[in-house]
Amino acid sequence: MTNFPVEKIRADFPILAEKIRNKPLVYLDNAATCQKPQAVIDSIVHLYSHDYANVHRGVHTLSVRSTDKFEGARTKIKDFINAASEKEIIFVRGATEAINLVAQTYGKTNIKPGDEIIITAMEHHSNIVPWQMLCQQTGAILKVAPINLLGELIFDEFEKLISDKTRLVSVVHMSNALGTINPVKKIIAAAHANNIPVLLDGAQSTPHMTVDVQDLDCDFYVFSGHKLYAPSGIGVLYGKQALLEAMPPYQGGGDMIRKVTFAETEYNVLPYKFEAGTPAIAEVVGLGAAIDYLNGIGMDKIAAYEAELLAYATEKALQIKGLRIIGEAEHKGAILSFVLNKIHPHDVGTMLDSLGIAVRAGHHCAMPVMDFFNVPATARASFAMYNTKEEIDVLMNGIESLIEVFG
Amino acid sequence: MFDDLRDLYQEVIFDHNRNPRNFRVIENADRQVEGFNPLCGDRLTLFLKMDGDVITDASFQGSGCAISTASVSLMTEIVKGKTGQEAEELFKKFHEMTTGKDLNFNLEAIGKLAVLAGVREYPARVKCATLAWHTLDAALKNEQKSISTE
Repeated sequence: MTNFPVEKIRADFPILAEKIRNKPLVYLDNAATCQKPQAVIDSIVHLYSHDYANVHRGVHTLSVRSTDKFEGARTKIKDFINAASEKEIIFVRGATEAINLVAQTYGKTNIKPGDEIIITAMEHHSNIVPWQMLCQQTGAILKVAPINLLGELIFDEFEKLISDKTRLVSVVHMSNALGTINPVKKIIAAAHANNIPVLLDGAQSTPHMTVDVQDLDCDFYVFSGHKLYAPSGIGVLYGKQALLEAMPPYQGGGDMIRKVTFAETEYNVLPYKFEAGTPAIAEVVGLGAAIDYLNGIGMDKIAAYEAELLAYATEKALQIKGLRIIGEAEHKGAILSFVLNKIHPHDVGTMLDSLGIAVRAGHHCAMPVMDFFNVPATARASFAMYNTKEEIDVLMNGIESLIEVFG
Repeated sequence: MFDDLRDLYQEVIFDHNRNPRNFRVIENADRQVEGFNPLCGDRLTLFLKMDGDVITDASFQGSGCAISTASVSLMTEIVKGKTGQEAEELFKKFHEMTTGKDLNFNLEAIGKLAVLAGVREYPARVKCATLAWHTLDAALKNEQKSISTE
């Protein structure tokens, strides 16, 4: 593989040295969550050991230190996705909460009975259910753009769904169940031509490619820290400032106010208007450390390396008789979802686990995708920058052996 | 290669997975209940023919993992000829065995079903083994709705 320092990267992730059932761990469940480098772990330990206090509160030294680290992370995130301002970076619990926030603030304000919201047939439940809930609350209608048998969005059909009733388009940037990378620039251009804002679910894309929200021109972008080598419980909502300014707050409480009397409350400015209560301070600092770590490697290099891994894994998988790949889009991230003839994915998961290999078996929180491909579930190997060709060989040997055992 | 798994995937389980017993529809079944494990997508429909309180025939349709398929296949064999109460007692024992709380559980007392004792060591797979029995329980209680392990 081309000059990618994978061994050096592996050494930065202590968990990769774990033995699972007496075998070296082969961690291929990165689409569910990624492991954490020592730099992220250290950043949290250091914060709690030296700098921790509540943020935006006091004049004492620790509160200032803690706030500096917290807001410093916000700036790193702003630069990482090339947002125009820190005001556009809202901390939430994860991509799921970010979508719910948009649905319950932007959606409730702007969406009326009979209005339409467009999603695609490859969405994660987190980009389906919040819109269904909003539709129930408002009387709006959810429209679903179809996919083809390769797992690609049928763009013409998507375009046909756009009408003068469409108020929002919310699509996944990269599918967690299929790996498909959507033509998001085309989608955004088509929606903007009709003055419709677009939310991109970046939970899977952010860890695996360079994301530039200004270049994409998306109106909202959401992602989770835990898939970006950072702690769980922290995620980001990016929104264009003008949209965020016009939206009502999400939750009420401390930090999101400027002035409170019993008669009325004046809300705080962006981004704090959407950040009620004490935030996930250490998690935010950990996310900042993860971004420093990724910048040290380079997102473009990571994307190129993972593309090589996917190509290698796909080639090997296609040689296995009885293996069917679910999701064969031309533009695809490093996810290999598959089913084996007459062997249930759950059995595949347990058998691979006994060899130290962690894959996901199930519906991947995308039951409509499973229905479309007429499978109850799939097994999914999802790769990250610390995986190797040798690990893919271990996976493929494991699959071949379990096929033999099942007979 | 899969030595660690020998307790979980015994040959009997592979056999029932390859050739599930009573894999058919019972026309005019007295009881018909659907069981669903939303975590892994296992889905089965259980059919019972009753003569008073006695289960005279049991069958199933559906798709699932090897553990769940073997479990429901074995169950349909074993409950035939038993009364509802006897079947419920067996379910109780099976539940005790698979959830593994009683370390002195007497495997001989449960006969053929002992081949599924291995799931005790795999908490993620216990529901695969118990789905069939939860569905039977619902059928015997004459609950028409579908049941779910979650």
